[in-house]
This record gives sequence, structure tokens and C-alpha cells, in this order.
Amino acid sequence: MMRNLERLKSWEGLLLAILVVVVVINVVQSPVYLSVENQVNLFQLFIERIIVALAMTFIIINGEIDLSVASVMGLASCLLAFLHEQGVPLPTAILVTLAVGVIVGAFNGFWISVVGLPSLAVTLAGLIGYRGVARILVEDRSIGNFPEWFNRLGQQPLLGPLPLASIIFFVLLVAAVIVLQYSAFGRYVFVIGNNREVARYSGVKVRQMKMTLFIASSTIATLAWLLLAARLGAVRGSTAEGFELDIITMVLLGGVSIFGGTGTLTGVGLSILLILNLRNGMSLVNITSNTQTGVIGVLLILSVLLPNWGQAVRNLRNRRRRVGQGQTAGE
Amino acid sequence: MMDAIKRYLRPEQIRELSLVFLIIVTLIFFGTQIEGYYSGRTFNRITTTVAIIAVVAVGETLVILTRNYDLSVGSIVGFTAYFVGTQLANNNGISPLAAVLMAIGLGAVMGLINGVLVAYGRVPSIIVTLGTLAIYRALLVNYSGAKTVTTDSLPQWLLDLARVNLFSVGAFDIRPMVALALLIVVIFQLVITYLPFGRRLYAIGSNPEAARVAGFPTQRIVMTAYVLCGSLSGLAGFMFLARFGNITVVAAQGMELSAIAAVVVGGVNVFGGSGTMIGALLGALMINTLEQSLIRWLQISEFWRDALLGLLILVAVATDAVIINRLRNLWARSGLQARPATETPGVQAQEEAGHDA
Repeated sequence: MMRNLERLKSWEGLLLAILVVVVVINVVQSPVYLSVENQVNLFQLFIERIIVALAMTFIIINGEIDLSVASVMGLASCLLAFLHEQGVPLPTAILVTLAVGVIVGAFNGFWISVVGLPSLAVTLAGLIGYRGVARILVEDRSIGNFPEWFNRLGQQPLLGPLPLASIIFFVLLVAAVIVLQYSAFGRYVFVIGNNREVARYSGVKVRQMKMTLFIASSTIATLAWLLLAARLGAVRGSTAEGFELDIITMVLLGGVSIFGGTGTLTGVGLSILLILNLRNGMSLVNITSNTQTGVIGVLLILSVLLPNWGQAVRNLRNRRRRVGQGQTAGE
Repeated sequence: MMDAIKRYLRPEQIRELSLVFLIIVTLIFFGTQIEGYYSGRTFNRITTTVAIIAVVAVGETLVILTRNYDLSVGSIVGFTAYFVGTQLANNNGISPLAAVLMAIGLGAVMGLINGVLVAYGRVPSIIVTLGTLAIYRALLVNYSGAKTVTTDSLPQWLLDLARVNLFSVGAFDIRPMVALALLIVVIFQLVITYLPFGRRLYAIGSNPEAARVAGFPTQRIVMTAYVLCGSLSGLAGFMFLARFGNITVVAAQGMELSAIAAVVVGGVNVFGGSGTMIGALLGALMINTLEQSLIRWLQISEFWRDALLGLLILVAVATDAVIINRLRNLWARSGLQARPATETPGVQAQEEAGHDA
């Protein structure tokens, strides 16, 4: 346990060090980097993905995965646009969309927690299926013409330089930290992620927990998408396609184990900052977004490969030490 | 009587038979809905599309049998299609054999990278291939410089692969590409049924720890599965090039989903250890028949395709978990009582997979 803690700490330390290097390079490279506009913009461009990454952290620590979030985002956006186009007043449409987010989450959760299917397969089906439903709703059109106040909510600063989405993110972040690190619910998330059977025998309501998490994940994805719709001002069937790569990378790079059971929000927060600054810096020196995605892919692999190597080296050293001790004991 | 049936029909075969039945039902249904549905054209459109997906699905099955995934196959197909296409466009004189070998070699290298990271780097396969999915695509976009391979720049022999008739069965023509795909399915079905390498894939997928303890070179086998998957994806890239001719940088984007969907619908267990190539082929056939038919069916728009595909996958996985596993346990139990001595490794592997889920 102690060693685990140490390892995590050192991982976060490593992230922080890389982050500082990236920030310094950015400052040197570009004079606009430190401006308030750029800093706010840096968050704004990814704010929806960051919000979803918070929920994903819970799910991955719990030992599951949700590949369908980006498609849920797409579905939410298309549903909102579809209802808006049909003449439903926007506030009602927003409520309906959020309700659908809850239902979609419950649908995923049902197959995973009640029927007991692997979340990877269920959410893979969701990844394809929800996107399909979104396509049915908007086909190949692009729907915009949202009311003025809706777009303003997404694009204009609300509090100081911060737009609504950033405020929601910070509120959710605080809530997530409290729930994950200071509540019984959070403890259970870790326990289930570490060993599902043990959790069940200890009286943790595993099914109920998983259900809650998947509902939360989809609802938050839906919410995030509403924010994205407000920010972009128009919706298409392919909205948010491929976001799951970014979101999962943010979580895993933050030191959350893909097998569940370990991870902290501090790590995820640092990895989010790192990815944002890296992308922002690359944009400022005109590296295409496609190359950026490639770099994120490399980061994703390294984020697991490096700790593995570290572990292997440590194991080797421990074994040598143990062998040495064994010999002295034998004599 | 019951025993005799049980002996010759294992749950896997029941699953495959029901898939065949479903495909036939689909064909009959759309036959009544679409005019001129049973034509050579429909047949060709479905078979040439299935041919490409099936080759990728065979590779994907090899990997999934070992309880791993390969999400990068779409990018590998796109990359090889574009790369080989550019080479052939620049130099029409490259011999067919060299072009095919180039495609397979390129795919093998990309598969090797995946395999080394998964097997020796001990990085979970879903992370590695999610990463390389992005990396290979990014490399392709940078390599291409936003240019496109066009059909008229390609040599004629290549385009003929998807268009010329190899032989006919009644009114239905068999294209060389389709024959090649069928050949690959049969070869790899034989490999996983009879070769030690194939049996070890099942063993590793059923219980990686036990396989390692039993002394199998687990890492090498998993890596080989990835290299084969990459090579097959490279070959599929070549077929993709022959089929479409016009290749852009987004070629075959999302094909990993089609391939995994085919594999899952075909009854390959997503947790490894059970499944067949024939199943994967049937899965691909089922999905593409549905897709191609929906496009021509005027009652609902083609935008329904993805939604139905998602539903199909979910239904396939759910039936597997709920019905097939129960059947499998039943079979295993009665099998143990009836003939304890003739248990084959395959039955044991499947039995274990059944207990796992």
C-alpha cells in the first residue's frame, strides 16, 4: 500500500515536471501564450472533454470502461437540435435531452451490472449504436439557429473571463474530489475496482454502484454536449466523433490504472493540464491537429509503458535484494 | 438420440447455424421487399465488401482469441491502401506479387509494433491499439500531404481483381478477391483448429496465467497473433485499394468497429478463448447483408445502419452471455459424464470460457 502511494506520488511528480517543461517551452515559443484570452481559450476548446473525463475517472477506477461517451454526446446534441427543429421550446428540449442521457446511462448500466456483460462490449455497441440514432435524427444536415441566449451561454464569459462551461467544470471537479476521496461512495469505487468479489462479500452493493456510475457518466456526457452545442452554435451527426480517445487518454495519463483500483483526481487534473498545454503549444507553432492527435496517441502508450518499466526495474532490484538476504540467512 | 445430437452439435455450431438461419431470413425478407434483389449485382456488392471485412476479421479473431484487442486495424488498412496505391501510381510497372508483399509487409511491421508493446511492454492492448489507431492515421495524413490516390493512375490488373469474373456459379460471379478471402478464412480456420499455434491461442485466451505456467511462450504467441493480424490488415488494405481505387487519407476509418462487430456477432468471445473463423465470416456476412440491403430498402433511410449495427452487437453479446453459456455448461457437464476420456483441448478451453463469463 505504502509503495503504491509512493509510486502514484512519483507519477504525479513526473507529470508536474513535464508540465512545467511544456509551459516554459510554450512561454518561450509564443508571446500570446500567457495572455488571458489564450488561457481561457485553452480550456474552452476542450472543456466538454475535460468534464466527461471526470466521470470517466470514476468508471475506470471502478474497473470498467465507457467507450460510448462520445456517441452519447453526439446523440444528445442531435436530439436537442432535432427537438429544436421540431419547434419544441429550448428549455423543454434541454430537459428532455438530459432525461435521455439518464435513460441511456441506465440502459448501459442494465446490461453491465444486471445482465453482467463486459462493459467493453456493451459500450462498444453503444459507441456505434448511439451514433447511429444521432444520424437517424439529423441525417446529414447541420442544424443551428439556436436562440441568442443559448449561444451566448456557450460563447460569452459569464463570471469574469470564465464562460458557463468552465464554471460547471470547476463545480463538478470539487464535487468529484469530495465524492471520490472523502466519501464512502468513493471508497467503494476503489474497493470494487480492486476486487469486485471482495467488495460484494463485504456488503458493497456492486450492481447499484455500477448502475449509478454509468448513469452519471452518460448524464455528464449529455450535459457536456449541451455546452458544446451552445459553444459551436450548430450540430451535425458527426459531432464529438473520436472524443473518447482524448477522454480516455486524459484519465490514463493521469495515472489511473486501466485495470481499476488505483488513481487520483490530482493525477487526472495534471494530465488534463499537460494535454491542454501540449496541444495549445503545438497549435501556436502551427502543428496540425492531426499530428497533435498522433502525439497524444504516443503519450497514451507511454503513460502505461513507462510505469511498467519502472515496476519491472523495481521488481528486479527487490528480487536481487531478497536473494541476497536469503543467502545471508542461509549461512 | 439426445446424446448423438449433443455429440455432433456443440453450442458453437448451434450459434453458427442460427446465424446462417438469420442470414437466410434476412435474404428472404429483403427479397420480398426490394425488386430485383436476387441479382448478380447485389451478390457482387455484398461479397466484395464482405471479402475485405472478412480478412480483417480473421486477423482480429486471432488477437481476440488471446483475450486482447486490435483497434488499429482500420488505420493499418487505410495506411497500406494509401501507401501501396501511391507506389503503384508512381510506378505502374511494380509486379503484382511485389505490391501484395509490400502491403503485407507494411501491415506486419505495424502489427509487430502493436504486438511488442502488448506482449513485451505489458501495456493493455486496448491502450496500445487506441494509441496506434491515432498514430498510424496521423502518420498517413502527414505522409500524404493531403493528396488522393485516383483510380485512373492505378494499373489495370489491380482494378480487375475486384471486377473480373473468376468463375460463375449460376448467375453469380465469383471475383478473385472473394475467392482469396474465402481461402484465407479456410486456411486460418484450419490453423486454429489443428496447429499447436492455434490451440495455444485458445489456451492463452481461456486463462493467460495457466497458459504461462504450463510453459507456453505466451508473449511470443501473442506477438505473433498481432503480426498476423497486421499482415492480414495489410492484405485487406491492398484489397481495399483494388475495390475502391480512389483512396483518401480517411480511407477505412472506423473499419476496426466493423471488424470487431463482425467478430462479436460471429460468436467470438470478447474475453478470448472461444470462437471460430467461420463464425467471424458469418458475422461479417450478416452485418454486410443487412447494411447493403438497408441502403437499397426505401422504407427506412440508410442512416439507420449504425443504430441497427449497435443493437445487433448488443443482442449478440447478450445471447452469448445468457443462452450460449448456459448451453455450453450443460454440454460440458453431460460430456464429462458420457465420455471422460475423449475430452479435446478445445472443449476444455470453451468450458473454461463459459465459467469465466
